Amino acid sequence: MKKQISILLLSLLCAFSSYSQDTLQAVKVISKNKGLQKSSKITANTTLVTSKELLKAACCNLAESFETNPSIDVNFSDALTGTKQIKMLGLTSPYLLIAEENIPSVRGASQAYGLSFTPGTWIESIQITKGAGSVINGYESISGQINTELLKPINNIPFFLNAYGSTDSRFELNTHFNAKISDKWTSALFVHGNTRTGKMDMNDDGFLDNPLAKQVNVLNRYQYYNAEKGWVSFINFRYMNDKKQTGEIDFDPDTDKGTTNFWGSEINTERFDVSSKVGYVFKDMPYQSIGFQNAFDSHNQESYFGLNQYNIKQSSFYSNLIFNSIISNTMHKFATGLNFTYDKYQEFVNVNDYSRIDNSIGAFFEYTYDNDSNFSLIAGGRVDNHNRLGIFITPRLHIRYNPWEKATLRVSAGRGKRSANIFAENQPLFASSRTFDILNSNGKIYGLDPEIAWNYGLSFNQKFTIFGRSADAGFDFYKTDFTKQVVVDLYTAPAIPGTHQVLFYNLNGKSYANSLQVDFNVELVKHLDLRTAYKYYDIQTDYLSGTSERPLQAKHRFFANLGYETHIVEKGKQWKFDFTYNWMGEQKLPETASNPVEDRLPEYSPSFSLMNAQITRTFSSVFEVYIGGENIGNYKQEKAILGSENPFGTTFDASIAYAPVFGQMYYAGLRFKIK
Amino acid sequence: MKNLFLGMMLLMVTLSTQAQAKKNKNAKYTIEVNGNCEQCQRRIQKAAFSVNGVKTASWSIETHKLDLTLNEEKTSIAAVKKAIAKVGHDADEVKATKEDYDNLHTCCKYEREETKK
Repeated sequence: MKKQISILLLSLLCAFSSYSQDTLQAVKVISKNKGLQKSSKITANTTLVTSKELLKAACCNLAESFETNPSIDVNFSDALTGTKQIKMLGLTSPYLLIAEENIPSVRGASQAYGLSFTPGTWIESIQITKGAGSVINGYESISGQINTELLKPINNIPFFLNAYGSTDSRFELNTHFNAKISDKWTSALFVHGNTRTGKMDMNDDGFLDNPLAKQVNVLNRYQYYNAEKGWVSFINFRYMNDKKQTGEIDFDPDTDKGTTNFWGSEINTERFDVSSKVGYVFKDMPYQSIGFQNAFDSHNQESYFGLNQYNIKQSSFYSNLIFNSIISNTMHKFATGLNFTYDKYQEFVNVNDYSRIDNSIGAFFEYTYDNDSNFSLIAGGRVDNHNRLGIFITPRLHIRYNPWEKATLRVSAGRGKRSANIFAENQPLFASSRTFDILNSNGKIYGLDPEIAWNYGLSFNQKFTIFGRSADAGFDFYKTDFTKQVVVDLYTAPAIPGTHQVLFYNLNGKSYANSLQVDFNVELVKHLDLRTAYKYYDIQTDYLSGTSERPLQAKHRFFANLGYETHIVEKGKQWKFDFTYNWMGEQKLPETASNPVEDRLPEYSPSFSLMNAQITRTFSSVFEVYIGGENIGNYKQEKAILGSENPFGTTFDASIAYAPVFGQMYYAGLRFKIK
Repeated sequence: MKNLFLGMMLLMVTLSTQAQAKKNKNAKYTIEVNGNCEQCQRRIQKAAFSVNGVKTASWSIETHKLDLTLNEEKTSIAAVKKAIAKVGHDADEVKATKEDYDNLHTCCKYEREETKK
């Protein structure tokens, strides 16, 4: 019993998180075998996405892992780069803290494509927290936090193979190897490769619908685990090389780069990461532990978009020391510690040099009270000193209360502050004739001020049974109030008619994002689960041209997911079916009224719906195959690229993506495991 | 940074060895507490935590075992048993009084050996 407790506590420590109860809950969840789980006992509004859920949509990387989850909206990539962006509470991923094993990962230079650099098969689980979140990992999160846990060498299978191919000529291969080095050390090697070789132009505009791509991604991790002494450690080495080529079909980089023969673009990224974690649980004091994380990474992106050159290299160091213990007893826990970050950016936009060094040091304290039954609270705060953001405090609060049986009420509030990396975050705009204009010059980040926002949330969920079947219903409402923001303005009409621009300036006035989500989930018959969600977004910003909703944001969305599984029969044989439906209301589009008639878009996009489906056949615990389709209704954006006939002309714009460009896509794959 | 970490580790290790030398700040006990359900679990753990010096308390519905960590500088296992018996649950040799037992919710009325006639 004692040993079991200490093993459990060690696994808690791996997460180095004061949300230790979440992790505890996670252990239970896996045994229940549910894909998406929201526990009524945890304090923050956190959904745990297990590996089982991730298999429901087999493709392909972290960016595409949220398709079956209503908390996160997956948007469409721009017509060129093929990378999907995500939104939570109506705000794009720069307003989220995206971490890998609690080390912030998608930030700075990797903001635009970073989610596509984590292959889906490496992921063990994802924790999605709506609202402010914990202060332990930093001050930057505004609308939420996403933490990805990768497969752990200690409980991974010796060999895994996954192959995938699709009708948009994308191929992926994943191999995992696991080895026991000694009774304390285990190691895993993950090798991922993907490529897209065929040139596809389904809408006949002369441009590739998806980029040609090649990615090699290798992760080698080592885990040390000593239950007797209470030590656990991870060491990770990772290398990634990603190349994309896109643009006109006839574009040949060797002859046409830097010319106006044909419009084309290449985005080449190389990354190298080393990270380590050490954790210690005190002897005879399973409630007390200390953890120390360090990560170094180098991210180098070299790219051009037509005649626009964009190069960014970021070298970062992150360090986090955390101490967990109790105040008198385990009803009162706390976590405290220090963070240090260093980022060296070498950033070049055409001939302009925006190179800089950012660093910050911060201290945090987070207190957790849990009365062991129906009430818990997490109150956290941190103080940071950042060379551009100054000295500032970040308070955050989460409260959970179960007013009656199977009901959960949560409130949260918190502050976030960040510097906007305007070029890295808005890279799709390089694929347009827009000129980039920064209207302020007194701030410390590209002349602009830091962004500051407060986020408040209220959510309620009730579980019940209906005709003997389990069901739950609930809602959550979040409000994000920007006190300072860098406004990205695609509405203001240019001073010189016929030209185009994107303006960046400090918010002058109001900006807020309200989001309401209403959920209803029910097990219709045994093994047939239905998830539904309706989402309403009211996101308004004061632009120079007046108050308006954010572009490319649907006000109304509806989501439904239907999953069916047969009983597992002898040797693990099983069928799994999954169907996802998404409806999106109209979205406001950027200003195109000053264009000639043929290159104008309406003020609002039409509403449309999308459907994905997948069938998995498990032949045994060793082998399974899956086939699926995305966008099987074949909905396509009418005009994917404005001014495609004259890509070096003034109306060219490939950045306005409100719907899929490619149309329907089918795929098939297999998974082979040696246990 | 590294030195700081090593320093802190050293400090912690020293502190914990000291604690061990006295053998009383993190004393571990497992006692048998009679009860039935989740409601009992909450009541038992709450009673244990109400004693100043109890650091952890975890009662199992299946085994009826209560695992405790206490600071023996502040309290004793006898005091914890007494506190648990006071809310109606028999804790090892310390039995609850009839009044306290009768105050329990019906689902918590565990079967008890007759102690008084």
